[in-house]
Amino acid sequence: MARSIVSEIKRDHIHKLIADGKRVDGRAWDQVREISVQTNVVETAEGSSRVRIGNTEVIVGVKMTVGEPFSDTPNKGVLSTNAELIPMASPNFESGPPDADSIELARVVDRGIRESQMIDLEKLCIEPGKKVWINFVDIYVLDFDGNLFDACNLGAVAALKSAVVPAKANGLGDDYPMPITCTPISVTSVQIENSILVDPTLDEEKVAAARLTVTTDDNGDLRAMQKGLSGALTLDQVNTAIETSRRLGIEIRKLIG
Amino acid sequence: MGGNSDMKLIDENGIRIDGRKVDELRPMKIEAGVLKSADGSAYVEIGKNKVLAAVYGPRECHPRHMQNPAKAIVQCKYNMISFSVSDRKRPGPDRRSVEISKLISEAMEYVVFTENYPRTSIDVYIEVLQANAGTRCAGLTAASVALADAGIPMKDIIPAVAVGKVNDQVVLDLNKEEDNYGQADLPIAILPRTGEVLLMQMDGHLTQEEFDKGLEMGVKACNEIYELQKDALRRRYAVVNGETDEESKEADEDVTEEA
Amino acid sequence: MNNESTTRELVLPGDLLDTGTMKPGEGTYVQDGNIFAAMLGIKNVKSNFVNVIPLGGRYIPAPGDMIIGKVIDIGPSNWLVDIFSPYPAPLHVNEVPWRVEFGDTARYLSVGDTLLAKVLSVDETKRVQVTMKEQGLRKLQGGQIVEISHSKVPRVIGKNGSMIQMIKTYTNCRIFIGQNGRIWMDGSMDDMVNAKRAIRMIDQGAQTLKLTERVKEFLESVYRKEE
Repeated sequence: MARSIVSEIKRDHIHKLIADGKRVDGRAWDQVREISVQTNVVETAEGSSRVRIGNTEVIVGVKMTVGEPFSDTPNKGVLSTNAELIPMASPNFESGPPDADSIELARVVDRGIRESQMIDLEKLCIEPGKKVWINFVDIYVLDFDGNLFDACNLGAVAALKSAVVPAKANGLGDDYPMPITCTPISVTSVQIENSILVDPTLDEEKVAAARLTVTTDDNGDLRAMQKGLSGALTLDQVNTAIETSRRLGIEIRKLIG
Repeated sequence: MGGNSDMKLIDENGIRIDGRKVDELRPMKIEAGVLKSADGSAYVEIGKNKVLAAVYGPRECHPRHMQNPAKAIVQCKYNMISFSVSDRKRPGPDRRSVEISKLISEAMEYVVFTENYPRTSIDVYIEVLQANAGTRCAGLTAASVALADAGIPMKDIIPAVAVGKVNDQVVLDLNKEEDNYGQADLPIAILPRTGEVLLMQMDGHLTQEEFDKGLEMGVKACNEIYELQKDALRRRYAVVNGETDEESKEADEDVTEEA
Repeated sequence: MNNESTTRELVLPGDLLDTGTMKPGEGTYVQDGNIFAAMLGIKNVKSNFVNVIPLGGRYIPAPGDMIIGKVIDIGPSNWLVDIFSPYPAPLHVNEVPWRVEFGDTARYLSVGDTLLAKVLSVDETKRVQVTMKEQGLRKLQGGQIVEISHSKVPRVIGKNGSMIQMIKTYTNCRIFIGQNGRIWMDGSMDDMVNAKRAIRMIDQGAQTLKLTERVKEFLESVYRKEE
């Protein structure tokens, strides 16, 4: 598609700026764009959020139903994360079933939540082996200007934190807040011209050689990572991205309490 | 229509369960230009409905065999997001959303000057974020504001609303309970200036008199919604009055030369 | 002459513009003898014609337009050029200033290259041809591209080129403006940032007043500081 081809002039311009120590929008290497988080934006969901990072915007909803646990985890609730790159969000997104990009996106977000044990899934067991709460975390990208990993992570985590388990409507006693243990935050960096830049815009993503998403927990420990794109990172660059993620994660975590 | 007319949805004073009179719209809010990537966009809230619409185009038409050498095609995709309803809806199109998308595309095709853009596609995306009856009307209302916001040449902006029958009374703009337990639902889109009907569906049971009464209510409400649509666009493009002599009128005389 | 409009009146699709004294111009349509706005824009009356000047919308190519294009595909005897419009435009090997053998196109222009070109022809179904066979038309290198709505191009140029001349004078940038809304500029990094900001101001405020003054104020404030 015409729009997805980056002109040489744009590519050279971004590279030159970076070699000069600058970014197109004037941010520092380790500066994220303005973030806004709204929660409880959709009443029909058990929890929901709308998150903006710069001009990237996502809406996330959590729906909970009673269902059967997996046989290998009979006393745990179930988490299912799904991301939709709907054509509303970008001239380059097409309708249709999830493609590789949206599956990768959903899986990276899912991993951060699952591996940090953000949700105490045992508290979502109703009757071991028979009945547990199934959590559907559905992420819709509404406006795309780069760095979906972090927008979707933040949206999903904020929506889960705002969720209320609908016990009453299911005849299972009083409603209670989603059992949350921690707040996993992902921070994504890209490599351009051997520099490591955090929170890339769409233009930066298009010219980036490599990408690294790092999800940390409240202790600053690593909970999920994903390297992407066809370039390579040095170990120093990996460590820079990790350090940045841990440091910025503290600030971002404060935004969602 | 549930058809359970025993359920009391209107009291003896003619007041509905959400406090409205029979001919009253739910509170409505419209905003234009809410998304950055899209060429045009709009957000509509009516009662508990929350709907987002985006327009891309005119742009190259894909797939190619859909191209019309004489005009643009208008392709609308109406979709309800999975958590917009009480029971999670599986992502992806179902038969209902395909039907609604078709009707909305056809309504919009009537107002758009499609012959200006042969071989192209004007793509309209409607996402229902929160549903509470009347989403196709809210969707069409939002989509036509988004079309205008995208600068698409068009005859007029389309307002849409549903009327129906509840407890044997004709009412305007059904809410979810009225839609579930009412006796008839009649979504319409009518251009205020000409009275042209661009969308009309009906299910349930209406007498000719009830239909006439409903239509009258609907037309009046479309007028109200039309004003809200225009107001949203005016707010987005707030213009200060004054002189216009700052610009070159003839684009051709403009130098594309270097300094 | 007297009926030149002096206000910037926003009109919306379907708004009544005139009841029969004027003639329908650009961006309008006629129904039952009345003239209505066919798009969102600014009402403009000129020589008894009522027009709507769009504030957005897509660029539709017209023969003779100078445009800035981007090569998006290569064939054996032509290149396909995105001209920031719904219609991609082929550039045939006969329309470039070089002698190109069949199948040798990729040696001259590659995907992602930016061109200063001219619209050669547009047929009824909007099939477009562009040319580079005219003096000054060429491949653009270095600098950067800014994209704005084609409808704002006259404002960026200004009356008799006054706006763009002012931006060039202050920023010392070389600037080309394509009718399709793509603008190429080259200069020092800092100067380009300022030129780009000035252009963005015009793009976002094209329907507001005293734009020239505001842009001038901005440029003056930036360049006075630096001295």
